[in-house]
Amino acid sequence: MAPPVRRQRPVRTLLFLGVAVFALFAAIGSGVIWSDATTTPKLALDLEGGTELILCPVPIADTVTSDADLTDDTGEVRCQTNISSDDINQAIAIIRQRVDASGVAEAEISSQGGYMIVVGLPGEPKPETLELVSRSAMMEFRPVLLVGTGLPVKTEPPAEDPTPEEGTPTEGAGEEGTTEGTDQTGEEAAAAEPEPEPTDPARPDKPSSASDAAYYITPAVQKEFDELDCSKRENLTGGRIGKPDEAFVTCDLPPKNAKDSDLAALATTGEIGKYILGPVEVEGAQISKASSGLETLQGGGVGTRWVVNLEFNSTGTKQFGDVSKRLLPMTSPQNRFGIVLDGMVVSAPSINAVIPDGRAEISGSFDRTSAATLAQQLNFGSLPVNFQKLSEDRISATLGSEQLQKGLMAGLFGLLLVVVYSFAQYRVLGLLTVGSLGIAAVTTYGVVTLLSWSYGYRLSLAGVGGLIVAIGITADSFIVYFERIRDELRDGRALGAAVEHGWSRAKRTILASDAVNFLAAIVLYVVSVGGVRGFAFTLGLTTLVDLVIVFGFTHPMMQVLAKRRFFAEGHPWSGLDPRRLGVSAHYAGRGRISRPKADRVVSDEPDDDVPEDDVPAPSYARVPGSDDAPMTIAERRAAARKKAVADEGSVD
Amino acid sequence: MAQGFGAWGNDLYTGRRSYQIVARRWWWFGLGVLTTLIAVGLLVKPGLTPGIEFSGGTQFTLNNVKDPSQDLATSTVLAVAPGESPKVVVGQSKMRIQMSELPQSDVPELVTRLAEAFDITEADISHTFIGPTWGADVSRKTITGIGWFLVFVLIVMTVYFRNWQMAVAALVALLHDLVVTVGVYAAVGWEVTPATVIGFLTILGYSVYDTVVVFDKVRENTADTLSQMRYTYAEKANLAVNQTLVRSINTSVVALLPVGAILVVGAFVQHAGTLRDLALALFVGMAIGTVSSVFLATPMEVTLRELERPIKAHTRKVLAARAKAAAAPGLSEEDQKALAKVGQLQPGAHQGQAAQPRRKKR
Repeated sequence: MAPPVRRQRPVRTLLFLGVAVFALFAAIGSGVIWSDATTTPKLALDLEGGTELILCPVPIADTVTSDADLTDDTGEVRCQTNISSDDINQAIAIIRQRVDASGVAEAEISSQGGYMIVVGLPGEPKPETLELVSRSAMMEFRPVLLVGTGLPVKTEPPAEDPTPEEGTPTEGAGEEGTTEGTDQTGEEAAAAEPEPEPTDPARPDKPSSASDAAYYITPAVQKEFDELDCSKRENLTGGRIGKPDEAFVTCDLPPKNAKDSDLAALATTGEIGKYILGPVEVEGAQISKASSGLETLQGGGVGTRWVVNLEFNSTGTKQFGDVSKRLLPMTSPQNRFGIVLDGMVVSAPSINAVIPDGRAEISGSFDRTSAATLAQQLNFGSLPVNFQKLSEDRISATLGSEQLQKGLMAGLFGLLLVVVYSFAQYRVLGLLTVGSLGIAAVTTYGVVTLLSWSYGYRLSLAGVGGLIVAIGITADSFIVYFERIRDELRDGRALGAAVEHGWSRAKRTILASDAVNFLAAIVLYVVSVGGVRGFAFTLGLTTLVDLVIVFGFTHPMMQVLAKRRFFAEGHPWSGLDPRRLGVSAHYAGRGRISRPKADRVVSDEPDDDVPEDDVPAPSYARVPGSDDAPMTIAERRAAARKKAVADEGSVD
Repeated sequence: MAQGFGAWGNDLYTGRRSYQIVARRWWWFGLGVLTTLIAVGLLVKPGLTPGIEFSGGTQFTLNNVKDPSQDLATSTVLAVAPGESPKVVVGQSKMRIQMSELPQSDVPELVTRLAEAFDITEADISHTFIGPTWGADVSRKTITGIGWFLVFVLIVMTVYFRNWQMAVAALVALLHDLVVTVGVYAAVGWEVTPATVIGFLTILGYSVYDTVVVFDKVRENTADTLSQMRYTYAEKANLAVNQTLVRSINTSVVALLPVGAILVVGAFVQHAGTLRDLALALFVGMAIGTVSSVFLATPMEVTLRELERPIKAHTRKVLAARAKAAAAPGLSEEDQKALAKVGQLQPGAHQGQAAQPRRKKR
C-alpha cells in the first residue's frame, strides 16, 4: 500500500470536534441565559404531560357572537352532535398536520363521543400553537361594499350629523393591501359612507354582481353594521362565519398584541375598521399553496413587513382574475375586496390592476410567527367544521416519571454491561469504545436539548427507546472499525498501517450503512405523521451523530493511540496484540518473521522445529499464518513433483 | 476468553476454521420459511391485540377527585377487568381512565368500585367512547412511509452494490425479520401500542443496516471473483460471512445488552407497559435481524447471483479445475485439505514503511 498522500492531522480533527461540541453547549448556555432554553431536553406528552383541549363542533353558519350563545340554560356548551365521522376524521388529520408542521412535538389527537376532538399537546403550548389547533382557518374573499370606523354609529338617522369619528380617515394603517397605494384618500371613502341607501325600499330582485350594494345592504344589514362595535373584544375574536351568499358585517382583525384598553382608540382612528362585505367570491379551498415571508417591494427588494403569499389553483386563479377585473373600474371603497379569515377581515386591499396569475400577497398586522401560523393553516386546508374550545386542562403524564426513570436506569445498567463486554473484547482499546460512546451520548444530549429549544423537539418514551437502539448502531461503527484493524494486523501489517488501511475499508462500510439509515429516516420523516415522525427524527439524528463521532473522534483518537508504544508494540492488554488475535507469526520486516514465545503452533506444521525467533523467511512471500495458507498452483505442482521424486527415486 | 475469541476470529479470518453457511443454504431457507409460516400462523390464531390507541375504547371521567392516584385507578380497573392496560390521565380536578372497550355488563361494577376507591359518588363518574389516537390516517401514512422506505432501500442498495440481487436479498431478510418479530409479539399476547409499532419500524432500519454491513464485506471479497480461478463465488461469499461473524456477534451483544436490560425491567416491574412493549419488539427484532443477515440474506444473495451466466460458468470451471487437481496422483492428505480450504489470501504486498524495522540509533 502506498503511503498516504495527505498528511494525517488527527489532533487537529480532535480539536475541531472539541470546538464543535463546545459551541453546541455554548449555544445552549446562551439560550438559557438570554432566552427560554432549558438545560434538559423537553419531554413529550407521555413523559411530561401537557395541555389537553377538547374541541366541539359548532355549526358554521351559526351567528354566534358571544359565549352566551354557545351555552344552553344549564351552562353546558351547545355542541353540534350530528357531525359525520368523515368530517371528524378529516378535521383530526388536518389538525395533526398543522401540529406536525410546527415542529416535532408529538400531539395525541382523537375523537371523543363521536363528535368531539381531544387534542393533547405536550408541555405548556404557546398561544399560537393553541390557535393553530383550534382555528378553522376558513378563508374567504368577499368584495367590500361599505367601510366604516370601528365604533358604532350612535344616532339612528346619521345623514345630517355624521359622527366625528366618521370624519377620520377609514384607511387605517393596518389595512393597506399589496395592490394598493394609489389615489384613494380616506376622506373620499368616508364621505361616501353615510350616504348610501340606509333604507332602500326598492331592493332589486337579483344582484347585478357581487358588488351590488343596493341588493345586499338590506336595512337589517345596515342596522347590524351601524350597531357593530369593533372596540369590544367579544366582537373581535372571530369564529363567526357568514353565509356565503349573503352580505356579511364584520370588523378588522385587531393587531396581535393590542390590549383591551387600546381597542377603543384603535377603533376611533380607524385602525380597526368595520365592513359590509358582499357574498363570497373566492373560497379558501381554491388556495393551492401558502407560504410566509417578508414582503417583496416593487423594485424587487425585500421589505420589512411579514406577509402571507398565496397561490390559487386554476379555478381560484380564474375567479380571482374575474373579481379583480370587475372591481378595477369601481369607486372606493367598492374597488376593494376583503380577505376574511374566520369571520375577521385580515386585510382589505384595493385593486389597481387585474391579477391574472392567481398570486396574492396578504399583508396585515403579521409578525413572523403569526404569518407562519396562518400560512400553515391555509396550507393544510380549513377545517370542515368550526370548532369551539370546550375545555383546556393540564393533564399528567400517562407514563409518569417512574417509567422514564426505570427505563433510564435499565439503559444505564445495559451500558455498564456494554462497557464490561468491551473491555473483555478489546482490553484497553475498549476504553476508546466507551469514550466514543460517552462523547456520542454527550453530543446527542446537546443536540436534543438544542433542538427542543429551537425546533420544538420533544423526547417521548419511544424516542428514548430509539436512542437506546442508537447505542447499538453507534457501537457497531467502532466494532466494524476495530475488527477491520484486527484483520489488517492478521494480514501482518504494523499497527500504523493497519489503522490507515483498516480505516479506508471500514469507512466505506460505515458510510454506506449509515447512509441507508439516514436516508430511510428522511423518507419516514417526510411521509409519516405523529409519533412515527418523531421516531424518524431521532433515528436520523443519532445516525448523524454516529458519523460525526466516528470521523471526528474514534478514528483520529485511534491514529493518536497507534503511535503510543503501548499499542504499537502490541502490549497484551492493548487489545491489538497480534499474538492474542491468534496470529502465530508476525512479519518483522527485512524478510524476517518474529514469532511469539508461547505460540499455539499446529503440531504438524512442517517448519515447527526451527528456532522460534529469527526464522528465515520462506522462499515464497506468504508470510503470517503460513502454516496452512492454501497452496498456489505452482506450489502444488512443486509438491507433486517432489513427492513423485521421493516415491520413485528417479526423475524422468 | 478473549484469547480464545481472538484466536477464533483469526481462524475465521484466515479460513482455518470455516462454517459452511452458504453451502448449507437450503437448510437456512427451510428454517426461514418455517419460522415465517409459524409467525404467520401466530398472527392468524391468537392474532395481535390492538391497543386502545388503535381501536379506541371507553373513557371514564372521574370528577371531584381529591387524591388522584394513577396506581389506585389502575389496580381498581384490573380488579374488574384483568388483562387490561388502562391509561390514566390526571387533570386538575378530574381523572380520566382510558381502556379498550369494556362489555356493557362490567361498566356498572367498575363505576361502583371506582366510586368506592376514590371516595366520590357514582354521579361524579361519566363514561364515553373515545376514538383512536392512532387513527386510520396515521396508519395509512405509516404504511405509505414503509412502502417508500422499501423502494428507497432497493434503489440505494442497487446503486451502491451495483447489483440488484443484494437489494432483493436484503429486502427478503427484512420481511422475514418483520414477520417473525410481529409473530413473536402475537405469541406473547401483549397489546400493540404505538411504541410497539415504532419498535417494528426500528427493526426495519436495523435489519437493513446490519445487512449492508455484511454485504459490504461480501462485495469486497467477491469483487475479483471472475478474475481468479481458485474459489467460487459462493466460497468467497461464505468466507466473507465467516470473517464478519465476530463483528456480528460483538455488535449484537452490544446492541442487545441495553435493550435486554430494559426488557427485564419492563417485564418484571408493574405498569411499565410502553417500555416493555418497545423493548420486546426491539430485542426480538434486532436479534433476528443480525441472524438473518448472516444466515438468510447472504445465502439468498449467493443463490440469486449464481443464476447469472458468468458466475455459473465460473463456478463450473473452478470446480472442474479443482476436481482435476484433486485427482492428480500423489497428493497427500494435507494437500487435499489445502485444496478444499477457503481462506484469506495473503499476498506478499508491501506492508508500508512503518513495517520496516527502525534504524538503530548509534
